[in-house]
Amino acid sequence: MNRYPLWKNILVLVLVLLGLLYALPNVFDQDPSLEISGSRRASVDALTETTIRTALSEANIAIKSTKPGDNKLLVRFQDSESQLRAKELLETTLGGDYTQALTLSTDVPGWLRSMGALPMYLGLDLRGGIHVLIDVDMDAALAQAMERYTGDIRTELRDKKLRASRPSIEGELILVKFKEADVRDQAIDAINNEFRDLILESKDVDGDYLIQVKLSPTEQRAIKKFALDQNITTLRNRVNALGVSEPVIQQQGDRRIVVQLPGAQDPSKLKELLGATATLEYRLEDTEHSVEDAQAGKVPPGSKLYKTRDGRPILLKKRVIVTGNQITDASSGFDQRSGGPMVSVSLDSQGARRMRNVTTENVNKPMAVVFIETRKDTRIVDGEPVTRKVQVEEVISVANILEPFGRRFQTTGLDSPAEAHDLALLLRAGALAAPIDIVEERTIGPSLGQDNIDQGFASVVIGLALVMVFMVVYYRVFGLVANLALMMNLVFIVAVLSMLQATLTLPGIAGIVLTVGMAVDANVLIFERIREEIGVGSTPQASIYAGYEKALSTIVDANITTLIAAVVLFSFGTGPIKGFAVTLFIGILTSMFTAIVGTRAVVNLIYGGKRVAKLSI
Amino acid sequence: MQIFKKNTHIDFMGKRKLAMYISIALIVVALGSILVRGLNLGIDFTGGTLVEVGYQEAVELAKVREVLQSGGFVDATVQHFGTSKDVLVRLAQQSDLQGAELSDRAFMALKQADAGETTLRRVEFVGPQVGDELTEDGGLAMLYALIGILVYVALRFEYRFALGSVIALVHDVLITIGIFSLFQIEFDLTVLAAVLAVIGYSLNDTIVVYDRIRENFRKMRKGGSEEIINRSLNQTLSRTLMTSLTTLLVLIALFVFGGEIIHGFAFALIIGVLVGTYSSIYVASTAVLMLGISKADLMPVVKEGGEVDAEP
Repeated sequence: MNRYPLWKNILVLVLVLLGLLYALPNVFDQDPSLEISGSRRASVDALTETTIRTALSEANIAIKSTKPGDNKLLVRFQDSESQLRAKELLETTLGGDYTQALTLSTDVPGWLRSMGALPMYLGLDLRGGIHVLIDVDMDAALAQAMERYTGDIRTELRDKKLRASRPSIEGELILVKFKEADVRDQAIDAINNEFRDLILESKDVDGDYLIQVKLSPTEQRAIKKFALDQNITTLRNRVNALGVSEPVIQQQGDRRIVVQLPGAQDPSKLKELLGATATLEYRLEDTEHSVEDAQAGKVPPGSKLYKTRDGRPILLKKRVIVTGNQITDASSGFDQRSGGPMVSVSLDSQGARRMRNVTTENVNKPMAVVFIETRKDTRIVDGEPVTRKVQVEEVISVANILEPFGRRFQTTGLDSPAEAHDLALLLRAGALAAPIDIVEERTIGPSLGQDNIDQGFASVVIGLALVMVFMVVYYRVFGLVANLALMMNLVFIVAVLSMLQATLTLPGIAGIVLTVGMAVDANVLIFERIREEIGVGSTPQASIYAGYEKALSTIVDANITTLIAAVVLFSFGTGPIKGFAVTLFIGILTSMFTAIVGTRAVVNLIYGGKRVAKLSI
Repeated sequence: MQIFKKNTHIDFMGKRKLAMYISIALIVVALGSILVRGLNLGIDFTGGTLVEVGYQEAVELAKVREVLQSGGFVDATVQHFGTSKDVLVRLAQQSDLQGAELSDRAFMALKQADAGETTLRRVEFVGPQVGDELTEDGGLAMLYALIGILVYVALRFEYRFALGSVIALVHDVLITIGIFSLFQIEFDLTVLAAVLAVIGYSLNDTIVVYDRIRENFRKMRKGGSEEIINRSLNQTLSRTLMTSLTTLLVLIALFVFGGEIIHGFAFALIIGVLVGTYSSIYVASTAVLMLGISKADLMPVVKEGGEVDAEP
């Protein structure tokens, strides 16, 4: 009696070995490191390594080790503080041609990694980092689309020679006025043909024949989806340009984006970069009309009044030659002639063609570069400060076109090398399709992250030790068996978390601590039952058998209800709650296995199949 | 070793009136406090900005307030967090600055406190809109957890047990939240998670007792409902207390060693485990007794369908 068939013992053994194997990677050290990689313009070789080593040793930054790779160098440090100092130092020493990524590197041997055995993925609250939740301004995205359609409708009507008033936007409608009904009807056909996603309605008001244009719900959804997708792409490009390892950029809901950057960063710099909207536009100067007239209020219809950086008014043509969207690559540097900061720009084929055509036609005429940026402007309205987003447009340079432009050219007139650098980065990453707002931020400094790990670890160990002492005192040999199961349970939780690469957070550790407390519950139930059976005079073997048998349904019922709570927590929770739910869920499942099957296997080995006079319980 | 004699004969149900008065009194106080004083909601729910900095040396709060004032933060509340070197600052929402920028400026100001190197330990900014969503999600989570459990227990046992367990859960949750309200301890997302875990834990306890009650109703030929429930409670008493004790041990470890951030979480669970243990003995069992559970309700229909004569 009380013997497991061989297959069952083997199953337990295999699972235990697997658990140990997949939990193993967590034993190895993880060091904060820098991954320095070259680019087309610069390669990482032995010389670079020497430069880096000298620079770091001169600054008294200790290196643990370096490991060269394919045009890469991995430098490991003792702590994240040296890692950060090193990054700052090397940025100036190596210059902009190298990218540096902050990362964690482990000593996990290759054979383990090839089996997919990796250390647990630590959440930002444990490793430090920045979490921001970004809201995409969908109203602005829709408004932009309306603007675009307004222009398109106007062009379409002009092309078809249908006389109409200038289309205007009122709320969610675009209004176009006609003098004659049949022109209006022709216009409806023309617009319907060209733009299938618009809903048109005709209306007659005071002798005017109107068309009311509305975006169809499908089109609205498409615009929102595009804005979100485009913003995700842009944010990803911007973050990648920063050189952060393992960034997370994800959609959340239908208008939010989560950005998570592990490791220590400069949060203010990051937020500035994420929300930045700077871009460039190239326009021809309007030399046919006088600036003075325009200032007096007589702005010619095809032109717009701008200001240069030093405040001088200038009249530019409304038609844009190329916009920032058509820029495919940009890099910053210094202008060879003037020595001032410049951005070198490459255009896509469409942009390049337009630029070539326009510049060929306008040789010796001045062309202006407009720098556009959205800034926040705060004013006191009725005693309350009100923040508005204001688009600032400044002309940064005006120069005569000496010869037709090609695909690549330079733009000067920037204030500082830093501005040139940031502008190049933003142009490279592409523009945001709609303005964004940071609606939630959680930044954890690296020192707090380490404290959280240490404290979390300490409470797990101390909690576990207290429970184990208590169990041995109370249940003796059976208590030892339960303790074995408890430790195995911990190994399993770590193994499953590592296998799934689920994120371990501080509340997650709390969840583990809690499951340690609750995992013994199953064993307590079983052992109490065994004691009861002994109490009513059953033999030791029969008591063990009945104890496990009778406690089973109770354990399952009790755990399933807790599982329900964990699942609900997971599906409704965000951040901290999710982390807790994950470990609670995993912990309940693994504890059922270790507490029921695991302890039974050991108890059977100790007592099974022999004559036992008395149980040590 | 055994704490209790093998066979305890405590008349739990005999004191159910007293327990009921205690429970009602506790709930009235909890509800009253929640209604009158409200909860000290953390920024997760209210929205706002929080900055935690670590100084190299111990720093006086007056000094920190002073540098914040001169930095333009008039409404900031300042407290030590864990040690006298760590300072937690809560900033009121200022409409002229986005919260994300607010924290940067506050950190600049905090650096002026002359207490050695200042490190940014934590920034939390929650926009008012997100706060509302989190509150709503939290409430929904609680509701769905209760419904899910109600359905499961009704299916596995009987509707009176389901009602009894939910009464016990509401009792536990109300009292736990009530204590947070009464002492104005900050209620944030992690505390909410803990309250939901209390639901899971308290239920665990209740189910174990119910399981035994069901078993004894089927097994014991003699005795009324009250006697059977008493018997079941005595039989499970040792287990109930053991499990509460081990869980409390780890929670105390978490409370003491887990760091300041986890305090609220651990505290909510400690309260929850204490109340949950009490409620699984007194509230849940009293509830099924008062709902009029009888042997006939629990007899497996197929096997022993004829024994309806035991109805009280």
